[in-house]
Amino acid sequence: MKSKFLDIKLMIKTPLNYSECSDDERKHCRLLEAISSLGGKTRKKLTERSEASIQVSEFTVNAEGEGDKINLSDLIGTLDKAPTALTATKKQLKNLEHNHTALDTPLTRKETEQIQRVVAFEKTSKEVSRWQSVVVQNQKAEQLVFPLNQEPSGPKRMEHVVSGWKAQTPLEQEIFNLLHVNQQPLHNPVLTQNEEATMKAMSLEEAKIRRAELQKVRALQSYYEAKARREKKIKSKTYHRVQKKVMRKEYLKRFDEMVKTDPAAALEELKKMELSRMKERMSLKHQNSGKWARSKAIMAKYDDGARKAMQQQLEVNKDLTMKLVIPTNEEDEDEVAEALPDFVNDAEPILDPINPWMRGKLSTEPAAQEESNCLVPPAAGPGDVKAGDGPDLLREEEEQVEETEEEAILRGFEERRKLRRAKDAVEVAPVVMEESEGKVKQLITTIHSRMNCQHARERADPCVSQGEGPALLEEGLVRVRTLEDMELLGQDVSACEPAPQTTQTLSTEQTEPQSATKQADGKRKRKKMIDPNEVLTKEAKVIKVPFAPTAVEDVEDTDEQRFIIKEAFAGDDVISDFLKDKKKQESAGMPKVVDLTLPGWGEWGGGGLQPSRSKRKRFRIKVAPPPPRKDQKLLNVILSEKRNSSVAAHQVTYQVMFPFTNPAQFERTIRAPVGHTWNTGNAVQKITAPKIVTQLGAIIEPISREELVKGENQAVTGKSNLRSDQGPQQKRRSQQKKKHKHKKN
Amino acid sequence: MKVKVLSRNPDDYVRETKLDIQRVPRNYDPSLHPFEVTREYTRALNATKLERVFAKPFLASLDGHRDGVNCMAKHPKSLSTILSGSCDGELKLWNLTKRECVRTLQAHEGFVRGVVVRFCGSSFFTIGDDKNIKQWKMETPGYGEEEEPINTILGKSVFTSIDHHHKDAVFVTSGQQVDIWDEQRTSPIRSFSWGVDSINCVRFNPVEVVNPLSGLSYPRFETQIFFKVIMTMRSNTLCWNPMEAYHFTCCNEDYNLYTYDMRYLDKPYTVHMDHVSAVLDVDYSPTGQEFVSASFDKSIRIFPKDGGHSREVYHTKRMQHVICIKWSSDNKYILSGSDEMNIRLWKANAAEKLGMLAPREKAAVNYNQKLKEKFQHHPQIRRIARHRHLPKAVYSQVKEIRIMKEARSRKERNVRKHAKPGSMPVVTEKEKHVVTVVK
Repeated sequence: MKSKFLDIKLMIKTPLNYSECSDDERKHCRLLEAISSLGGKTRKKLTERSEASIQVSEFTVNAEGEGDKINLSDLIGTLDKAPTALTATKKQLKNLEHNHTALDTPLTRKETEQIQRVVAFEKTSKEVSRWQSVVVQNQKAEQLVFPLNQEPSGPKRMEHVVSGWKAQTPLEQEIFNLLHVNQQPLHNPVLTQNEEATMKAMSLEEAKIRRAELQKVRALQSYYEAKARREKKIKSKTYHRVQKKVMRKEYLKRFDEMVKTDPAAALEELKKMELSRMKERMSLKHQNSGKWARSKAIMAKYDDGARKAMQQQLEVNKDLTMKLVIPTNEEDEDEVAEALPDFVNDAEPILDPINPWMRGKLSTEPAAQEESNCLVPPAAGPGDVKAGDGPDLLREEEEQVEETEEEAILRGFEERRKLRRAKDAVEVAPVVMEESEGKVKQLITTIHSRMNCQHARERADPCVSQGEGPALLEEGLVRVRTLEDMELLGQDVSACEPAPQTTQTLSTEQTEPQSATKQADGKRKRKKMIDPNEVLTKEAKVIKVPFAPTAVEDVEDTDEQRFIIKEAFAGDDVISDFLKDKKKQESAGMPKVVDLTLPGWGEWGGGGLQPSRSKRKRFRIKVAPPPPRKDQKLLNVILSEKRNSSVAAHQVTYQVMFPFTNPAQFERTIRAPVGHTWNTGNAVQKITAPKIVTQLGAIIEPISREELVKGENQAVTGKSNLRSDQGPQQKRRSQQKKKHKHKKN
Repeated sequence: MKVKVLSRNPDDYVRETKLDIQRVPRNYDPSLHPFEVTREYTRALNATKLERVFAKPFLASLDGHRDGVNCMAKHPKSLSTILSGSCDGELKLWNLTKRECVRTLQAHEGFVRGVVVRFCGSSFFTIGDDKNIKQWKMETPGYGEEEEPINTILGKSVFTSIDHHHKDAVFVTSGQQVDIWDEQRTSPIRSFSWGVDSINCVRFNPVEVVNPLSGLSYPRFETQIFFKVIMTMRSNTLCWNPMEAYHFTCCNEDYNLYTYDMRYLDKPYTVHMDHVSAVLDVDYSPTGQEFVSASFDKSIRIFPKDGGHSREVYHTKRMQHVICIKWSSDNKYILSGSDEMNIRLWKANAAEKLGMLAPREKAAVNYNQKLKEKFQHHPQIRRIARHRHLPKAVYSQVKEIRIMKEARSRKERNVRKHAKPGSMPVVTEKEKHVVTVVK
């Protein structure tokens, strides 16, 4: 009794925190223990918390009662009343006691916490990583519309608003029955079940692709039909004859293949051919006895074409009446060789300078055109060639009867060569444009020297990478308020930043290798100040060809090379070439007289009539001569006048801007216009669509978990995730579908 | 005889309604437009100039506080309402459309350290230097009713910040430890601490919030607890990106802001620098593309989320140290509270035209934007687009800091040149500011 009482008292007195116990209290506790020990039975002493609290100090746990052992069987001592059931468990417990495998002491709190933290970190970071796909998707999206999960505007269907709606009235039930029977949509009026099934079977993208394919096939078919119809209509006999000949040739080719692949069918064909040959032999159709043939025979004396035609007919006759021999493989090869004459592979067929027609046919580019060719926009080159491919070819064939197949083949090669040349022109074009026009149009320089690059880097903030460069604000004490201020700002740039200009000059030099090298040569010459006569003897030998790739090679090699070059250029008159060049440049720079005379205006006009002299005098406008050239007095120098320094301030000096990987890419984007002056309305809308669209007055919530689920689904199905791909309608539909799913669940 | 007659389809040239624009037939053949690039360049130049001319970001200042504005809170349901707490314990509710104070209450004695509105918008919580957490009704008390909090919780220590869960009735405070509170209880349901460091700022991740009652989820709130990143200087506030679950930005005393990926805390994902004094507050735009920072240097800067430098700087003559900043939830405005007792309303895009735009206006804006983007690398345009006026003090400080940085890097370079090769590894700017990461 006594001890119990004491215990209760102790419980009451125990403070929350032992750490705050004073020494007195500890002594008191010990005293109490001593007293309690007096009462015969030894009791387990337990420290107890007297007050509920979340934080339990680690210092409260004391080592009291450590020595006393509790038998496991003691714990079930209170269950004495049913001894039979307990014997088994008691046994088990005793067995357990015999096992002396003690557990390790638990880790310290600090260590356990650290482990917990690390585990938790890994877990959460894994969980958060699920967002990766969504985040990347949003970064790549062409357009983001905020708020992200917009509810479709307008009235909602009743099913969406009222959750547990059911058809109740007999009329409603009847209607729904009908709908059920006919498999009509109940909730979503847009799609029937069948339609939904098809939607599931094929994604939108696939359907689009398939539709496009079908369209293409249909279009091709219609083209083919139209072509066939057109050809059928053509009345020209010659055309059909040529056509027939081509067909025959093709047929032969096919037959050859057939011999290899399907001999039985080939035999059949052979029989047919034999039959036709026999018929021909009997009919004597291709003899020179026809009306046409007779007329040609008369003409043949005077007309080359007629003679040719006659010969052709004779050949045909010979072919047809000849006894047929099955062609062997060797002959095939011979045929191929014939089909491709050697000179086709030559770089340029040597043209007959006297015969202009010959030139017209085989090489379409007169020498004069070559220069202008570069200035033609690059896209036009291949386009022209293509245009010549189609209907023109047909017409030509109609007109020129005498054109043989060989020529046709030749022309094909010619065209291919032209195409190739056009491609070259495309590559050359940007540079040339820069050279010739010198306008803001070409604002980017293609190549930069390494020095330039370093210079730029040094100018930039040292701790900022180049990609971040453009983002830097240029902060100053000047407040810019009006457009005039802005102009001044621009002047400041050009005035205070000479560095980019110099880089500009460097870069232009490299973009125009020819003129630049000339300039460089000129400068070198100027420095030396050598007498032209001396140059005549020396310069011709020492001429350092700037493009020579051999400069890196060994000394012996270079010596040899030099010797070879010396030999090669022995006969060249470099000086006169140079002077010619200079003259050409000068004349190109001179303004041309503009002739504005309109023949037949105010007087008689027509073939062979010239406008009167007074008129010509009046309407020929002479342009004032340009300021004297800078190299006018410098004999050995050509200074290019094409560079426009006023443009330099507007030109891009960076090597490669961030989202672009090469200058060509950048140029392309600059060249493509955005505005509606050059594009259709829809295109402009599409091009200028802003990256982020927000709704006026709408609160944008943080991204929700639903987006994550959506993103993951899309990632699984492998559909494209760009928001721009999905029209608003589709989005709405998918949302609706989701809702239905929820309902079903 | 067949007579050919000119015939045109009226669909090609007649507009559908009177309100449509007159149809202008155009030939889009590029060969007919040789000067398209030049013309577009000029347009871009003009657009850039006009943008700078129209860049008038400052909209209004809300005055009424009698001490510096220490904290602000957005209303989750209403765009026109904001709350602000000042250093004298006063709390004000503002109506932004009318630009006036709607309600004033003496919330605490001493500073109001934090305000947060419950997710439903019906009540809000304040914490103050008097160690109290108070919950208030959003509605103004009726006539004769006293201005009293719904709940008051007496804390054991001073709280430094408060944040409310975005979906549940749970909020979190920081101070000597991080406490997670159920709204219904007067004691925290969980509290965490690590060593003796006091915690400066605590924020729920708005995207990925699991109910903290279930299991071990506390690390989700604060990095300092989960993983201690020891930086060279104190981080003042942090803000989660509302669109990217694992990115957050914290503003630091060392003039920089650091964006971290919470999965890789050993070094920041991006370092944002431009401020010339301690950065005091940061808030993300609701679209998660940009964030705005308030600094002790009396300026506000807007950074793109992954850009190292700011795209915009706002300042006015009278604005002192900016203590708190918020980006409005419709992505249009920025609110800044500063030392000289004013709250300022700014446009998020300085040159933007406010209000509804006609479709053609909108198209023009889009076109101009696209042009500016297209020609942004051209020197003239870049120069004009990036020109900003700065107060002289800040300007000179910027210069000074640049010189200091250059000198430091030069010295480092020189030292490295004379050191044994490999003995001085190159430390990137990102790595420089993190001392250690404690697990």
